Amino acid sequence: MKLRMLTLVTAAALAAAAGGRALAADEVVIGDIDDMSGVYADVMGAAGVEVVKWAVADFGGSVLGRKITVLSADHQNKPDIGASKFREWADQNGLNMLIGGSNTGVNIAMAKVAAVKHVPTFHIGPGGASLSNEDCTAYTVHYAYDTVALANGTATAIVNAGGKTWFYLTADYAFGTQLQAAASKVVEAHGGRNIGAVRVPLGAADFSSFLLQAQASGAQVLGLSNAGTDFSNSLKAANEFGITRTMKPAALLAFITDINSLGLATAHGLYLTTAWYWDLNPETRAFGKRFFARFNREPTMDQAGAYSATLSYLKAVKAVGSTDPDKVMAQLKKTPINDMFTTGGYIRADGAMIHDMYVMQVKTPQESKYPWDYYKVVKKMAGAEAFGPITGLCPLAPAPK
Amino acid sequence: MTSVFGIPVAVILGQLMLGLVNGSFYAMLSLGLAVIFGLMGVVNFAHGAFYTLGAFAALLGLQLFGINYWVALIVAPLAVGVLGMLIERLLLRRVYGLDPLYGLLLTFGLALVCEGSLNQVFGATGQSYPVPPALEGGLNLGFMFLPLYRAWVIAVSIVVCFSTWYVIERTRLGATLRAAKENAPLLQSFGVNVPLLVAGTFGGGVALAALAGVLASPIVLVNSHMGSSLVVVVFAVVVIGGMGSILGAIVSGLVLGLVEGLTKVLYPEASDIVVFVIMALVLILRPAGLFGRD
Amino acid sequence: MRAVAVVYALLGLFALCVPLLGIYPVFMMQVLCFAMFACAYNLLLGFGRMLSFGHAAFFGAAAYATGWLVTAHAWGPGAAILAGVAVAALLGLVVGALAIRRQGIYFAMITLALAQLVYFVCLEAPFTGGENGLQGVPRGRLLGLLPLKSDLVLYYLVLAVFVAVFLFIRRVVHSPFGQVLKAIRDNEPRAISLGYEINRYKLLAFVLSATLAGLAGSLKALVFGFVTLSDVQQSTSGEVVLMTLLGGTGTFFGPVVGAAVVTTLQQYLSDLVGGWVIAIIGAIFVGCVLSFRRGIVGELAALRLRRPRRPRP
Repeated sequence: MKLRMLTLVTAAALAAAAGGRALAADEVVIGDIDDMSGVYADVMGAAGVEVVKWAVADFGGSVLGRKITVLSADHQNKPDIGASKFREWADQNGLNMLIGGSNTGVNIAMAKVAAVKHVPTFHIGPGGASLSNEDCTAYTVHYAYDTVALANGTATAIVNAGGKTWFYLTADYAFGTQLQAAASKVVEAHGGRNIGAVRVPLGAADFSSFLLQAQASGAQVLGLSNAGTDFSNSLKAANEFGITRTMKPAALLAFITDINSLGLATAHGLYLTTAWYWDLNPETRAFGKRFFARFNREPTMDQAGAYSATLSYLKAVKAVGSTDPDKVMAQLKKTPINDMFTTGGYIRADGAMIHDMYVMQVKTPQESKYPWDYYKVVKKMAGAEAFGPITGLCPLAPAPK
Repeated sequence: MTSVFGIPVAVILGQLMLGLVNGSFYAMLSLGLAVIFGLMGVVNFAHGAFYTLGAFAALLGLQLFGINYWVALIVAPLAVGVLGMLIERLLLRRVYGLDPLYGLLLTFGLALVCEGSLNQVFGATGQSYPVPPALEGGLNLGFMFLPLYRAWVIAVSIVVCFSTWYVIERTRLGATLRAAKENAPLLQSFGVNVPLLVAGTFGGGVALAALAGVLASPIVLVNSHMGSSLVVVVFAVVVIGGMGSILGAIVSGLVLGLVEGLTKVLYPEASDIVVFVIMALVLILRPAGLFGRD
Repeated sequence: MRAVAVVYALLGLFALCVPLLGIYPVFMMQVLCFAMFACAYNLLLGFGRMLSFGHAAFFGAAAYATGWLVTAHAWGPGAAILAGVAVAALLGLVVGALAIRRQGIYFAMITLALAQLVYFVCLEAPFTGGENGLQGVPRGRLLGLLPLKSDLVLYYLVLAVFVAVFLFIRRVVHSPFGQVLKAIRDNEPRAISLGYEINRYKLLAFVLSATLAGLAGSLKALVFGFVTLSDVQQSTSGEVVLMTLLGGTGTFFGPVVGAAVVTTLQQYLSDLVGGWVIAIIGAIFVGCVLSFRRGIVGELAALRLRRPRRPRP
């Protein structure tokens, strides 16, 4: 009896192990580890994996005579799952490049693995600017946006529109605190004042009590230093409690999917900063149309970023003639990025991809003429203005004297 | 403005008010749990899942059939109650004779199945459910602006809770239900259809959870994780109140909501766990709970 | 008896040859750590009949202790593991002393509440890294000699510890202490009437279980190189219950099988079916409780007992 069990267990284990291994040598393997089922699932998620596959197909399906394979996994917003999966792919599947989806905490963990395993990693979903500062590695590319750019865009716009005093509702983890810090800096630099902040656990069900504290502070601006469901929930509650009548909400990170789920009636007037919007120009609209036909919604900047990042990587591999990580990273850092995602973008020594960012304002229901017509452009920020100067916190990019 | 410990009274009152709203939900949910445990001896870890199902029933009712909020308040709990009866009949019944911990594990597994499936089908971002037009707007209480809808929640919760308590403790139906717990075969020999009664009790308990879910839908985004974050706290509330005690569940729910609100003012980070600290203390000092009988 | 010995020998051979068979060592180490955790938990649930809902607290607290000592204070892995185990033992003593006063569901709820407190401490304490956890935990050199950075070396170390823990648990269960524990499990009033101080036995069982769970946690911290809040979370406590239940409570090898199955499912099933993993795990849970209560090993053992014995020649 037990012998039979033993055989079964062994066979299963072997089968599982064997099945997990891809032929490493003659394939180029791209991985995508993202939140596929949690609070950030709609920002990139499963649709993001599809988009990466489109990029591979558009590139021709192979590079240097080697077939390109795309792997994907759900990190479930847990740093340990993300990091283990990354490590396993690097050890067992010959991973050549990784795309990191939402959640700064998970991406910081994955960056550590990238440094050890020497795998170029494109962090597209996470916002934490520390990825190109204290947590930078030689293999990091922080692609779509970061907390510094978000603050420089949205906070500046609001302070200049008269919102001088700020109170923050901050998601209590790396992303939230970094975003609050960046916004506070901007506010003070423009003559405003940071009155206070309250830390809210990630995924909190009810924001009303925190919002009351915000209101009691008497600040003019309610800085929402959170994202995803946290952002939508907190804004909804702020409306309900009449707080938005006396305080102006600042959506420090919002995606088009959030605006869609909130509805224009609730979200109109919000300022937000984005790297990409589907309705900007013919190229973006073409990508938007392709995405809409498949998913019945418009893409977020992360999804567009995933497409662009994959193509940039493959182009670099082709140019260098190998998948050697150091050579590819060197090539990436000296090649400008001109595609549907951005023009004139470049990857800085610390890994941040510097490109234009747009400050948008959400339209009122009356202003919106067709489905997903949600934003109007308030300002276009050049990359250098958006991402700010090199801070020197990353050893790879010392601050200029 | 007057202050207590350096905090303006207005802020304290505001938080207490919100605490009362939360407490209303705790009370309704713990009531359902207490009914199920008190009358059936089953620890229903899937209670949060039924709460979530109630909210989704309201949401889907609106999206697919155009059922408005007021109808949903009746239809959703009914539908979930029937589902509960089916689950009791088909699944729960099979673990009655065993160690009660198996019932707990069974419902725990059911909760995972429910939440996992909802998560896959509807995604995690959550969907908005509109506040019914009749309840929009709010009351200016001076120390805060209370949305009318939240006042409504408090009112409904208190009415439902105390009606249920009255039915169970003071009416003949309630007496029959309590008799079923004490001596089912004897009751059966009186001609009462005990299995149906038991199924109905479970259905009723989870219908209460579903009702709470419908009440909650305009307040939080309807998503698959709604229930799991609440259920652990609700369990703590029931334990504090005394696991078989209906009144205990209601009172503890309301009081703990207030306590949580107060903690949010004084030491916000601890607001998540203050209920557990109290539960641990109660279990150590007075294990039957504050209102418990055994 | 001989058949069992053969089976164990074969399994041992398999375990020793894992690297040669091309199975990913880190995955095997993960299985071994969770197998240890499940075995430790089984000591409490299977042999002591105490359902703890917060065992992840011991697993995670030890992991954090070890991780922190190795990263922030550059302790060697051996010393850090011992420290982690000590932390788990101490925590087990405190939680156990408070929890065993009550039984059944109340016992479970106390362990749940105290586990939530441990979670809170791990979330708020400055040195744990909050939501990000402890990253980049180095493996170092055991006793200054053995480089643990190599997956292979660490694998054999973890395997050795696992075997030691497994044998230790067998020893404990077969010892007089274990017999009394079983007596308490089977009929507590009688055990009391026989004059045993049941609370002391229960507490010792609890502390042992917590300590071994802590050992699993400390090793896990080194294997993966990071410690996060998942290690102290409610879901991990739920997982270990599932592993033990699925494998067979009250058997020795059951938890190991359960851990292997659940870990494999989580790793490879999520590749296939994505988010449905949670629902599937829940369904397995339900199935186990309804008709598979003895777990895999339990059912197999029962089947074996039912087969008529072959007559000896």
